[in-house]
Amino acid sequence: MYNSGKIIAGLVVFFFLATLPFLLNFGKANAKIEPSIDTPEINAMPKKHCVEPKAFMRSEHMQLLNNWRDQVVRNGNRIYVGSDGNEYTISLQNTCMKCHSNKKKFCDKCHNYMAVKPYCWGCHIAPKEKEA
Amino acid sequence: MKTVLPFFAVVILVLFPLFGVTVAHQTEIFFGVIVPYAAMAIFVVGFLYRVAKWGKSPVPFCIPTTCGQQKSLPWIKQDKLENPSTTMQVVGRMLLEVLVFRSLFRNMKTEMKEGKAVYGSEKLLWLAGLAFHWSFLFIFVRHYRFFVQDLPSVIQMMEGVDSFFQIGAPLFYMTDAVILGAVTFLLIRRVYLPQIRYISLAADFFPLFLILAIAISGILMRYFFKVHIVAVKQLALGLVSLNPIIPEGIGAIFYVHLFLICVLLMYFPFSKLMHMGGVFLSPTRNMANNSRIVRYINPWNYPVHVHTYEEYENDFRDKMKKAGLPVEKE
Repeated sequence: MYNSGKIIAGLVVFFFLATLPFLLNFGKANAKIEPSIDTPEINAMPKKHCVEPKAFMRSEHMQLLNNWRDQVVRNGNRIYVGSDGNEYTISLQNTCMKCHSNKKKFCDKCHNYMAVKPYCWGCHIAPKEKEA
Repeated sequence: MKTVLPFFAVVILVLFPLFGVTVAHQTEIFFGVIVPYAAMAIFVVGFLYRVAKWGKSPVPFCIPTTCGQQKSLPWIKQDKLENPSTTMQVVGRMLLEVLVFRSLFRNMKTEMKEGKAVYGSEKLLWLAGLAFHWSFLFIFVRHYRFFVQDLPSVIQMMEGVDSFFQIGAPLFYMTDAVILGAVTFLLIRRVYLPQIRYISLAADFFPLFLILAIAISGILMRYFFKVHIVAVKQLALGLVSLNPIIPEGIGAIFYVHLFLICVLLMYFPFSKLMHMGGVFLSPTRNMANNSRIVRYINPWNYPVHVHTYEEYENDFRDKMKKAGLPVEKE
């Protein structure tokens, strides 16, 4: 090989970069991530339910919250009718966080895992942590 | 044909995992574990092989492209980046080439105006190429959040810049729009301009369609048909920690996205996409124009047997004398 020093150095850099995720995770265990719904408020519910079904909330909660914010801030609408027909007050602190009073073990659980930093708490104040 | 065939190839590549995980069940292991590992292996080994093979090819002449004043007398100013004469200057030129596509910036358009050929600068291709490559790099680096437990702050900053406008939730990434626009431009350019269409091959259209499909599937997955994102990271971390798992209920579109990327990785070493490694091995870019300072020796110069005049005279001296020819040695 001609110029083998430079080419091999370049290929070593390529190999290092291409396999970096493998090197960084070598021998690390894959943690199971499950947000906790173990709070006094949720435990006290006769039938545990959120404003929408679990699968919907899991994938669409960010969009729902974004729509809620626009509804309240721009349209002054504080009533949300869920797909089950129930009416809910649109409020992050008084509706969502009333039941999910364990931000650290609920919101942060997945957000930290996914390295997502939602800007909810730039304006809202996170409620005091409660656990059953 | 050379446009339609790659298009339908990509359509089939989309439908394959889509049917695989929705109709025929239990194929998640294939699309989520076997294909990604195979793709990674083919990509890395193929890439190393191609570059090593290029490294074995001799460069017979010192052929850097010279685009400015070469190193000359001390009172003539050398254009160091356009006509490098030292290794450091070559590195500078290579950085310009790799990071901002300097040579494409020189792209010209020739037109006939009033019977005369008119040359004008043509920057759109350069701009679209640059926008495409940089947004692809941003998107590629951003995906590291699926592959490491603690994301480095540099990548978090990149994400912050990318989602700077804070539009919608999940936050809209600028690079998503840029890459779609740029790839679409590069594709339309190949179809619309007759000269470019004439020289375009199926191998030019296929990567464009493939990358477009990857971008579209990713965008659909992020903003429209959402997947179980925590499970996606578990799958990704499982792959890179060599402990693969298939979490439940990820969503079919994820497997489409993953499969298309695997196809891209597998296709990479065999395709024009190897310009990623090849740009560093282009003799016209990676050589210093110093052939007047250092003698360049052709590496495949064969050891030729030279028959000097002295030897010739030794062989034929008697005959030369008889014929009356002058000889140097009596």
